[in-house]
Amino acid sequence: MKIGAPNEVFPGEDRVAMTPASAKDLQKLGYECLIESGAGQSAGFSDATYTEAGVAVVKSAKDLWAAADIVAKVRPPSTDETKLMRADQTLISFFYPAQNKELMDAANAQGSTVIAMDMVPRISRAQKMDALSSMANIAGYRAVIEAGNNFGRFFTGQVTAAGKVPPAKVLVVGAGVAGLAAIGTATSLGAITYAFDVRPEVAEQVESMGAEFVFLDFEEEQTDGAATGGYAAVSSPEFAAAQLAKFREIAPDIDIVITTALIPGRDAPELWTKDMVDSMKPGSVIVDLAAERGGNCKLTVMDEKVVTDNGVTIIGYTDFPSRMAAQSSTLYATNIRHMMTDLTPEKDGVPNHNMEDDVIRGATATHKGEITFPPPPPKVAAIAAQPKKPAPKELTPEEKRAAETAAFKAQTKSQVTLIAVGAAVLLAIGLVAPASFMQHFIVFVLSVFIGFQVIWGVAHSLHTPLMAVTNAISSIIILGALTQIGSGSALVVILASLAVFMTGINIFGGFLVTRRMLAMFQKS
Amino acid sequence: MDFGFTTAAYVVAAVLFILSLGGLSGQESAKRAVWYGIVGMGLAVLATLIGPGSGFWLLSLILIVGGGAIGYVLATKVQMTQMPELVAAMHSLVGLAAVFVGFIAHFELNRVMGMAADEMHDLGTFATLLAHKSPVEINILRVELFLGIFIGAVTFTGSVIAYGKLAGKVDSAAVKLPGGHMLNIGAAALTVLTLIWYFNTGGFFPLFLMTLAALFIGYHLIKGIGGADMPVVVSMLNSYSGWAAAAIGFSLGNDLLIVVGALVGSSGAILSYIMCKAMNRSFISVILGGFGGPQGEQMAVEGEQVAIDADGVASALNEADSVIIIPGYGMAVAQAQQGVAELVRKLRAQGKNVRFAIHPVAGRLPGHMNVLLAEAKVPYDIVMEMDEINDDFPNTDVAIVIGSNDIVNPAAQDDPNSPIAGMPVLECWKAKQVFVSKRGQGTGYSGIENPLFFKDNTRMFYGDAKASLDALLPKID
Repeated sequence: MKIGAPNEVFPGEDRVAMTPASAKDLQKLGYECLIESGAGQSAGFSDATYTEAGVAVVKSAKDLWAAADIVAKVRPPSTDETKLMRADQTLISFFYPAQNKELMDAANAQGSTVIAMDMVPRISRAQKMDALSSMANIAGYRAVIEAGNNFGRFFTGQVTAAGKVPPAKVLVVGAGVAGLAAIGTATSLGAITYAFDVRPEVAEQVESMGAEFVFLDFEEEQTDGAATGGYAAVSSPEFAAAQLAKFREIAPDIDIVITTALIPGRDAPELWTKDMVDSMKPGSVIVDLAAERGGNCKLTVMDEKVVTDNGVTIIGYTDFPSRMAAQSSTLYATNIRHMMTDLTPEKDGVPNHNMEDDVIRGATATHKGEITFPPPPPKVAAIAAQPKKPAPKELTPEEKRAAETAAFKAQTKSQVTLIAVGAAVLLAIGLVAPASFMQHFIVFVLSVFIGFQVIWGVAHSLHTPLMAVTNAISSIIILGALTQIGSGSALVVILASLAVFMTGINIFGGFLVTRRMLAMFQKS
Repeated sequence: MDFGFTTAAYVVAAVLFILSLGGLSGQESAKRAVWYGIVGMGLAVLATLIGPGSGFWLLSLILIVGGGAIGYVLATKVQMTQMPELVAAMHSLVGLAAVFVGFIAHFELNRVMGMAADEMHDLGTFATLLAHKSPVEINILRVELFLGIFIGAVTFTGSVIAYGKLAGKVDSAAVKLPGGHMLNIGAAALTVLTLIWYFNTGGFFPLFLMTLAALFIGYHLIKGIGGADMPVVVSMLNSYSGWAAAAIGFSLGNDLLIVVGALVGSSGAILSYIMCKAMNRSFISVILGGFGGPQGEQMAVEGEQVAIDADGVASALNEADSVIIIPGYGMAVAQAQQGVAELVRKLRAQGKNVRFAIHPVAGRLPGHMNVLLAEAKVPYDIVMEMDEINDDFPNTDVAIVIGSNDIVNPAAQDDPNSPIAGMPVLECWKAKQVFVSKRGQGTGYSGIENPLFFKDNTRMFYGDAKASLDALLPKID
């Protein structure tokens, strides 16, 4: 069968769904590949390179749509393109079926099968065809580059002969794929990077990329991202308020804000309000990756770069992947190729549209004249559920002090109680016991006390020498035997002699072995 | 020499003993501290020998020197791996000495009390002291004596059994006679009865009966405690030997005995506490022996143990930048500490960051691993405690587990039904790669399956630890 990729008709779209490299792999699956003349031009792939890779170059879009059994595209088809579709033809592209209902109906009316690359479920097996992630990765990278392009200073802090340059502070809101890519890029450029996400479990990923996670002082159990297929869910009003308060607090310090917060199937939440923009320093940059869906900042203008009155640049481009067409085409074409691999298990050039397969079922929007969107939930759970654990939170200095004071009070209380009980017991004993006993008893109590104070300071590694030395000095019982040895009968002498003999072994053995051990400890 | 001199010497000795224990807070000061202890002991013995009225001083000196010679031979010959049994054996001596001294005090007490007032002028020191006691003081003295003998006797048999278990002469499994704890309770009840009896009559028979009961308690209690709980047992016996000395000190009216006994007693008690905390178990549950029954279904372990040979381990070590080694009792058993030290020297010579992670209950004695590593000349500043190093595992390339099992068992954290749930463990599985040197596929002392061995990043390096290291060493370049 034939797979073709037409020229993208969407204005400004430079990507292409098939590259010479992916075409070679598709041919190994048994397909013939077609490309519309000039389709790869703006992504840096000339017709000649396609021809070299064994791809037939077709003159016009019309011819391509007519010839190809499977059409691979980047953007959803335009109305004109929909008319070119035909029954038994398969279209693979971004499609956004939830938002493009009419388009889906139109495609279905034509009888063609639509595989929406944006509907590939987020399970491990499908990662290789997860085009949203590969595009988001590029968007995140490019967002930092665009920000740097519009930011008048270094990212990295430097001390030069001409003065000290502070490092730029970057805040990434939303630690999805794009967010993490942005974090990675910003940290590798040397910026101090902070990141926030409503899913506290991503804090680990954020920190692994070298950024600091901004924790909220918030008690409510936050949503487990695993329940929503790895995407963020809508948060409660209280949580949103806590989040805005935190942003408001740090906004004046931040030089570059990159917002990537999107909730599937909804308008972008407003996270960066006008007053936060106003409080930012002149020259700061905001890159709003959610511009297409209204923006995380309400001042964002889609597809444009605006500068506010206080000199903050707000970038609302929506074509970041297209701005790096060579890279994004390569990745997207590979995603498509992986999709075809799954569709062609026999490698015979004939797709086997297996609707039992979670990935294929999930991505299919229309098939055999039926609308198959929305798909049932995948049979395999996307991501293992997180064990519930308390979200770590950053204590404010006041709270820390309060906690310390409380701990100190509790300690004082327990100590005072102990002392009081101890004193009472001593007094009680003193009331009944004779003075001679009390003298010894006080010595005993004080010694126990000293023992407790001293032993806590002994290093863990010296516990064995400690045992040996206490063993040696516990032979002090020899004093008892020595005072008794001369007193009384033969039986007493024998018993006392034995005791002296045994403790003698112990004294010498204990101290010697302690010395032997201690002599072995040495520094490197 | 009058009494004042002896007392002064005792005060100095007591201060020296306190400094001696306090000095163990660091490796360097410890070398000085042991001398404080030696001088303190010498001073105390000397002051007693030349003190008022002690007879037979020549005999005493000969006995001390004779015992000292044996002690010297023992201490110089002992292997560092045999340290636990030596310490246990020496505890038994202190316990037995306490029993003897207690008996003598009893005999003397009865002899003195049998005398008429006019016969009392020509007595030995100790007897003179007894002669001056009032009836209340005599009663207190009996209780003190009784306690001293009881604790001493428990220490004696307990230490003998602990020695036997550590030296492999007695089966180290937890064994109880039929009747279990009831036997101990019975013996304890008998002790209380004999105390009342002795308190009222002052006869030797109740004292003797109690001694037998105490000997039985010591034997049966320690017999019922398994090998891996030995760190707690040995430090507990250490504590007991101190309390016995303190009790005897009371009956003899000797303050130095009381001071030192209390120091040793509290030292052992703290050590036991630290050990129990490291196992997340209460002192009582350790003493009563065995692990509590599992509270529910334990998690099944899935996967398989993947073996690896010396070549595989060597190539991973050659590539690693940071290595953490976790030694356990198995290293001591195989006498593999020299091989481990050699491995560390080779790796460090290549500029790798090699450290040791020591769990508080690794081995059979508190601090056992530290001593073994020190003997093999591993610098102590790369030997870390659990709390110091546990957070570093995620940044570590290779973790090597040598002869430890339960202290690296992730079930303690993951499985609330595991018998060791909640016990702090070394989180070695967070390292990029884990090698486990182990004799075979068996479970640890607690009989718990260790999920670590089944993890994806774990490879089993089967064989005797020493032989494995010998095979590994030439391959490290």
